[in-house]
Amino acid sequence: MTAADRTLPALSLALQVFLIGGWFLPDWAQSLLILAFGKGLVVLGLLLLIRTGLVSFGQGLYYCLGAYAAVSASKILAFPDLMSDALAMPLFGGVVAGVLGLVLGFLLARYRAIFFAMLSLAFSMILYGLLIKMSVLGSSDGFNIDYRTLAGIKLPDGMKLYALYALSTLLVFIATACLHRYLRSHLGRLAPAVRDNELRVEYMGSSVRYVVHVNYIIAAVLAGVGGGLVALSIGHIDPDLAYWTTSGEFVFVAVLGGTGNVAAPVLASLLFEWIKSAAYQYAPYTWQMVLGITLLLVIMFLPAGLWSIFQRRAREA
Amino acid sequence: MNTKLPRQLGFWSATILVLASAFGAVSAAAQENPVKIGAVTFLSGAAAGPFGVPARNGAEIIVEAMNAGQLPAPYTAKGLGGAPVQLAFTDEAGGTTKQVNEYRNLVQRDNVDMVIGYISSGDCLAVAPLADELKKLTVFFDCGTPRIFEDASYKYLFRTGATATMDSVAAALYVTELKPSLKKYAGINQNYSWGQDSWNDFEAAMKVLKPGVEAATSQMPKLLAGQYGAEISTLLTSHADVVHTSFWGGDAEALILQGAPRGLFQKSTVVMTAGEPTLVRLGSQVPDGTVIGARGPFDVFAPDTELNRWFRKAYEDRYGVVPSYPAYKMAQAILGVKSAWEKAQAANDGKRPSEDQVIAAFEHLSFEGPGGKVEMALGKGHQAMQGTAYGIAKNAGGKITMVNVKTYPATKVTPPDGVKSDEWIKSGFKAGK
Amino acid sequence: MTDLVPVLIDGIIYASYLFIIAVGLTLIYGVMKILNMAHGSLYALGAYVTATLVGAWFSHGLNPYGSFALPLLAAILVGLVAGPIIERGLLRFMYGNDEIVLILVTYALLLILEDLIKLVWGVESYSAYQPYGLLGTFEVAGLPYTKYDAILVGVAVSVGVALTWGLARTRQGKLLLAVIHDREVSAAMGINVQRVYLVTFTIGTILAALAGALIAPKVSVVPAMGVEVIVLAFAVVVIGGLGSLPGAALGALIVGLVGSAAVHYLPQVELFSIYLVMALVLIFRPKGLFSAAEARKI
Repeated sequence: MTAADRTLPALSLALQVFLIGGWFLPDWAQSLLILAFGKGLVVLGLLLLIRTGLVSFGQGLYYCLGAYAAVSASKILAFPDLMSDALAMPLFGGVVAGVLGLVLGFLLARYRAIFFAMLSLAFSMILYGLLIKMSVLGSSDGFNIDYRTLAGIKLPDGMKLYALYALSTLLVFIATACLHRYLRSHLGRLAPAVRDNELRVEYMGSSVRYVVHVNYIIAAVLAGVGGGLVALSIGHIDPDLAYWTTSGEFVFVAVLGGTGNVAAPVLASLLFEWIKSAAYQYAPYTWQMVLGITLLLVIMFLPAGLWSIFQRRAREA
Repeated sequence: MNTKLPRQLGFWSATILVLASAFGAVSAAAQENPVKIGAVTFLSGAAAGPFGVPARNGAEIIVEAMNAGQLPAPYTAKGLGGAPVQLAFTDEAGGTTKQVNEYRNLVQRDNVDMVIGYISSGDCLAVAPLADELKKLTVFFDCGTPRIFEDASYKYLFRTGATATMDSVAAALYVTELKPSLKKYAGINQNYSWGQDSWNDFEAAMKVLKPGVEAATSQMPKLLAGQYGAEISTLLTSHADVVHTSFWGGDAEALILQGAPRGLFQKSTVVMTAGEPTLVRLGSQVPDGTVIGARGPFDVFAPDTELNRWFRKAYEDRYGVVPSYPAYKMAQAILGVKSAWEKAQAANDGKRPSEDQVIAAFEHLSFEGPGGKVEMALGKGHQAMQGTAYGIAKNAGGKITMVNVKTYPATKVTPPDGVKSDEWIKSGFKAGK
Repeated sequence: MTDLVPVLIDGIIYASYLFIIAVGLTLIYGVMKILNMAHGSLYALGAYVTATLVGAWFSHGLNPYGSFALPLLAAILVGLVAGPIIERGLLRFMYGNDEIVLILVTYALLLILEDLIKLVWGVESYSAYQPYGLLGTFEVAGLPYTKYDAILVGVAVSVGVALTWGLARTRQGKLLLAVIHDREVSAAMGINVQRVYLVTFTIGTILAALAGALIAPKVSVVPAMGVEVIVLAFAVVVIGGLGSLPGAALGALIVGLVGSAAVHYLPQVELFSIYLVMALVLIFRPKGLFSAAEARKI
């Protein structure tokens, strides 16, 4: 299919546009984009899970863990130099999330549908409860974090925000491009097969549980990195990152974007943050209703997500 | 079946939404002359009723009267030194991630001249460093965590309300004076920072004031749990003389409604450190003998000044209820800004002061609020110091009066500048008077 | 001196509350395969309507004992109005979608209902406290309990018995069981599945509203009360087994007793005890404690 082959060039074009264009954006817009990119990474992981036929109502677990891991390391283990680095923190967050994903994956890979959703929700709520109990980590108030360097290079004050913005743009590009390649690999192509009919996959000689497990770990790593980025952008973390409504929001965004393309989650995340911010501004008393109606409209009229607009146009062209 | 029409509808409704918002963003571009204040308080969620809305109401009353030049002395000048004030409200609900971005939007997109707000300590902690980063005058009016100015110092940030340490310390002082022979005490607090910190401070203060008296039980139900059957049973079986609670809003009301019929409030003296809004809301249902605090000299504890009389009357006339402490604290924050602004303007030959001039005037400022005198004495002149009071609710056939009211001067319940609250309590309130 | 009796009584009272919340959720899931996130908002709606009715009742000085009928009235009112509107107006267009999409539809509904409630009742708290203290208390093992809580236990048991009987013994119930078992075959056999759905959703809504209505007198009716309760109800239903009536009862008992025991013996873990139980149950019984064996369809 020609449309799909254009994904990688389009992604690298988008990378250049965002990198250069971002420089001219006001600070608040850059921050909003970082937030959207960070959350977009989490939703990207969800896209992979959804393609495998699984929806997690507990990605907040890894999102929160990614945010806390990096910061706790600098706080408790005292690696102030390494752990005030804008690149090291999200990556470390991703690694820690991936390790937990590996461990929990042994269990969760056996679950499907609503039970998978609920068990992952339970795990994220347990983390939430543990963090609320930990006064050393600030309990529900959380604590502030900051970064001073990027890949070891000290950042001057005026460059801090753009540096983080550029980093998140780059990480999103790498993640989407790699995931795009992965989805085209043998293992990646097994994901929809698992969703459609597990028995057939097993008869073909592949292990369903292995496919689910691998994809689950990838989603966890993405959520961990995303959490790390958001933590740096906000400058503050607290246990709400693991609360079930946070996870619910990721599923919301995933549905908004659809699973048609690796770019969909990122675009949906951008749109979602923007709608939410506009709703806060223009409907401070009814912003939830605006979000609810948006979600209903998307489900009713664009069941395959916003991406289907692009697909339809590509097909018509 | 025709699927094309709904799809088109979906596409167009999305497009219209996009255009509408983009258009709105353009039309909201700034107007220069008035002072635009971004006001952030809970407009939705559980904290809206007890805190957010009274605070919003308080802001509206003060700002309208201020713009019309109808405030009592010393606030008779119109607006801020003559410049009218515009309030733009933002909902504080949605968590710190949301709030940090909304703060940025207020400052950088909507170009407000200053931000006043924040009830949740988590939001305050998250927003604090940004105030200095974006160099925007920001005033916290309510949040209680002492960590803000004890762990860091800020140039652009002020807090016109006292910290929560005061509430617990004063509560401990009050109950030990009320019940010199108390043997056991217990606590029921919400399981999040506010409840945990309140209990820790109270327990630490009790250890100093009554060494050897132990806590019988510390119950920590989930925030907004609403059901306290088992907790009330354990409190009843603990036979504690005093029960400490920092419950607020719906949780505080539920605790009263479920605890009163089972005799909790007769059996133990219950201290509600943030009980005053409950008094306003639940009125006649508050059990006789409950010890009530208002997190400062507000509402029932407010002094009989002209400003206070005016504020209560204006608020009651408009909203039909008495103002509870969040309304007082919001009024206090705005009046603090007004004092600083006009002091700076006077020093600037009557011309509109710059932000830096307002900040210089705000530091170590002493001003009058409806709850009495406020001194910006802590945190290098950025954190307010104010006394507080506790009293017992006397319920005579549904009519509530406060008896046995005791006021505590700020110096007795607040650590001196530069000393951390928890260390100050543990040291036996050393260096306090 | 924490003996076992108060732990049991507190646990059972809490379990009754959980059961009434969860039973409507499990019924709707069993029949319609919708895990209704808006259940919590309907619960809140029941509480708000009750608070309004009770407030009006007492401000008119009517016989206080008559107020016990108000929660039931409020539940039926909310159920008969909101149930059909939501089912006919929204859900019926969504049948056939994936379970997860259906969850999101009800999530959207939750967001909308939360703001609608706010638009009607504002953000102030409401209370309907009068019925709660009216009957006084009784003592067990030296501890006073309100008689209202005893009624709550009674209502929970009655609801459980009535539903069990209704499903097993009435024609409607049998039709329902048939639809639960196999929707397509039921439709082919001439069962009006559409009507079964409408009836089920309305009953589920009445039960959700009833839970809120019964709880209103002992709490303060505030925004967000519905959001708080929904995950609790999910946990109960998932522990017991989705769609299972005895499962909901057992799940409620387990969560109620574990919660109560945590409060009495280990207040530190109370916060997440319920999720711990949920995770443990799912680990050892992946589909909950009571799960019907599913016919494998190829």
